[in-house]
Amino acid sequence: MDKMPGWADAVLVPLISLVLAAILSALVIIGIGEDPIAAFQLMVEGALMRSSGWGYTLYYATNFIFTGLAVSVAFHARLFNIGGEGQAMIGGLGVALACLYIPWPNWYVALIGATASAALFGAMWAFIPAYLQAKRGSHIVITTIMFNFIAAAVLNYVLVNILRPQGAMDPATARFPEATHLPTFQEMFSTAETAMFRGSPANVTFFLAVLMCLVVWVLIWRTKLGYEIRAFGASESAAKYAGISPVKITVVAMLISGGLAGMMAINTTMGEAERLIMNATEGAGFIGIAVALMGRSHPLGVLLAALLFGFLYQGGAELALWTNIPRELIVVIQALVILFTGALDNMVRMPLEKLFLARRRSS
Amino acid sequence: MDFATLLQVLDSTIRLATPLLLACLAGLFSERAGIFDIGLEGKMLAAAFMSAAVAAITGDVWMGLLAGIAASMALSIIHGLASITFRGNQLISGVAINFLAAGMTVLIAQDWFSQGGRTPSLIGNGRFEPITLPGADALVGFPVLGPIYAELISGHSILVYVGFAMVPITWWLLYRTRFGLRLRAVGEAPEAVDTAGISVVGLRYVAVGICGILCGIAGAYLATALQAGFVKDMTAGRGFIALAALIFAKWRPWYALYACLLFGLLQAVALRYQNIDLGAFTVPVQFMDALPYILTVVILAGFVGKAIPPRAGGEPYVKER
Repeated sequence: MDKMPGWADAVLVPLISLVLAAILSALVIIGIGEDPIAAFQLMVEGALMRSSGWGYTLYYATNFIFTGLAVSVAFHARLFNIGGEGQAMIGGLGVALACLYIPWPNWYVALIGATASAALFGAMWAFIPAYLQAKRGSHIVITTIMFNFIAAAVLNYVLVNILRPQGAMDPATARFPEATHLPTFQEMFSTAETAMFRGSPANVTFFLAVLMCLVVWVLIWRTKLGYEIRAFGASESAAKYAGISPVKITVVAMLISGGLAGMMAINTTMGEAERLIMNATEGAGFIGIAVALMGRSHPLGVLLAALLFGFLYQGGAELALWTNIPRELIVVIQALVILFTGALDNMVRMPLEKLFLARRRSS
Repeated sequence: MDFATLLQVLDSTIRLATPLLLACLAGLFSERAGIFDIGLEGKMLAAAFMSAAVAAITGDVWMGLLAGIAASMALSIIHGLASITFRGNQLISGVAINFLAAGMTVLIAQDWFSQGGRTPSLIGNGRFEPITLPGADALVGFPVLGPIYAELISGHSILVYVGFAMVPITWWLLYRTRFGLRLRAVGEAPEAVDTAGISVVGLRYVAVGICGILCGIAGAYLATALQAGFVKDMTAGRGFIALAALIFAKWRPWYALYACLLFGLLQAVALRYQNIDLGAFTVPVQFMDALPYILTVVILAGFVGKAIPPRAGGEPYVKER
C-alpha cells in the first residue's frame, strides 16, 4: 500500500523542497544585505519581461534539458551519471570536428550530422565508465568524476596543440563555416517591423531539445528497452531473474545518457559560439543533476525544471549586472535545490507520509 | 637534473601533497565508517575561505584555523544529517555540498571584502610561517644529508608536520584502538555493530566529524600557508585528487601517504616543467594533469590490484524491527 497518493509524490514533495530552497536563498540574500523581493523582481524583469530575456532563458534551458535528460535516463537504471560535464565537453569536440571538416550544404543537414557526431562522442566518453561498472564493478560515480577531469585535459590538449588556428592566441578552434550557422530565434521570429529576441543566443536547438524530451518519454515508458531499464533500476536481482542482462542495460543506459549530454554541445558550440572554446559547458553538466532531481526524472518534469533553471541563470546574470549580488548566488540556489530535492528528500517526505497516514486513519 | 633542482621539486612535492594528504585521511575516516564523501572539495574550499577571512580580519592565523575547521564542520553536519539521519543519497549530498561551498564562499567574500570574491592578502601573523627545525642551519654544509634535512625536512609550516603526523596517528587509531575497530566494523557490517549494542548513528557522526576537522585543516593550509589568502575556487579539484588518492590507497593510511606523495609529485613536476621532452616525444602538461585521474580509473578497473571499498559504504543503515 502506498503511503502517499501519487500526486503528492510527484508534485507536492518537489514543490515543498523548492519552497524550502527558495526561503533559504532569500535568507542568504538578506544575509548579504540585499532585498530578496527586489532581487526577485529584477530577475523576473530581466529574464521574462523582454523577448531578449526569454531568448537567454530558453538558451540556458536548452542546455539544461539535454543534461537533465542525460542524468534522468541514467537514474532510471539507478546509475548516477555525474560525468555529464565531461561528456558534453567531448560532445563539443564531435560538433567541432563535424562542422570544420565536413562540407555541409546547408544548416539542417549540418544539424543532423553534427547532432549525430555530438551524441556519438558523448556516448563514447560514457562507454568506458559504463563498461567498467558493468564488467569490473568500478563505482560509476567515481569513474565519471575522473572522466570529467580527463575530458578537460583532453580538450585542453586538442585545442591548444591541434585545433587552434595558426597564430591564434586563445585555445579555441577556427570559426565554423557559414553553412553550419543555425537559425537563431531572432532570425526565425522577427518581422520587418519588430525585432524579437534581439541579440539573444536562443536558436533552433531548443526545438531539438523539446523533441528529445518526447523521444526519451517514448523510450522510457513505451519501449521494451525502457521497460528493461526501469526494471533494472527498480531491482537488479529481479531484472536478472527476468532474463535482463545487467551488463547490457548498464552500458546501453549510459550510452544514451552520454549521448544526450553530448548533444548539449550543439546548442553552445554550433548554436552560440560557432567555434569550440575551452569552457563551453559552463557547468551545465552538473546543473543537469539538479534538473533531473527536481523533475523527478520525468521528461516533462525535466522540461519544467530546465526552464526554471534557465530563468535563474538569466535572472542571476541580470542581478550580477545591476546589484552587488554575484552570479554565484545561482550556484548556491542550485546547491540548495540538489540538497532538498535529492539528499534531504526524506526530511520532507517522512512528515508528509505521517500526515497522509494520519488522515487516512481518521477518515 | 642536478641535486639542487631535485631537492626543489621534492620540497614542492611535500608542500603540494600536504592538503591532499589531510583531505585523503579525512575521506578515509568517513568512508571507513560507511559514509561516502565526494564533498571533500567543498569542505576544503569553505575552510580555505573562512580561515583566510578570519585571519585577515583578526590578524591571527590560529583564529583563522579554528574558523576554517568550524566552516568545514558545518558542512560535515549537513552531510551527516542528509546521509545518516535522513538516510538520503550520500553522493547527491556530496555534490550539493560542493556547490554550496563554491557559491557561498564567493558570495560572502564579495559581501565582506568587495574584492571580486577574494580575501585580502595575508601578512605577518595572518599566515603560517615556515618553521626551521633545530640544527638545520648548522647542518646545511654537510654533504647530501645536510641539504636534505635543511631544505626538504625543515622549513615547512606547522600544518605540514601535522599532516604527516596524522598518518601514524590514523593508523594507530584505526588498527590499534577499540574505537578504530568499531569504526571499521561500522563500514563493513553495521548490523553487527548494532547487535553489539554500539550506536551506528553515533559512530558514523563521529567519523563524519573527524572528516570535517581534517578537511578544515587541509583548507586552512591552502589559504594560510601554501598561499596568502583565498581566491575563488582555489581548491581546483584537490578534493577530487584526494578522493582518487584514497581509492588508489585502497582506504589504508600508509598507502594514502604514498599515493598523496605520488600525486603531489605529479603536481610539482607539472608546475615546474610545462611539457616534458623525452627526446623521441614530448609529454604534454595536460597529460600530467590528467594522470592522477587516469591512474585511479586503472586501479578502479582492477587491472592492477583491485580496490574494494568498505562493504556498507554508501548505504544508509536501517535498524531491523
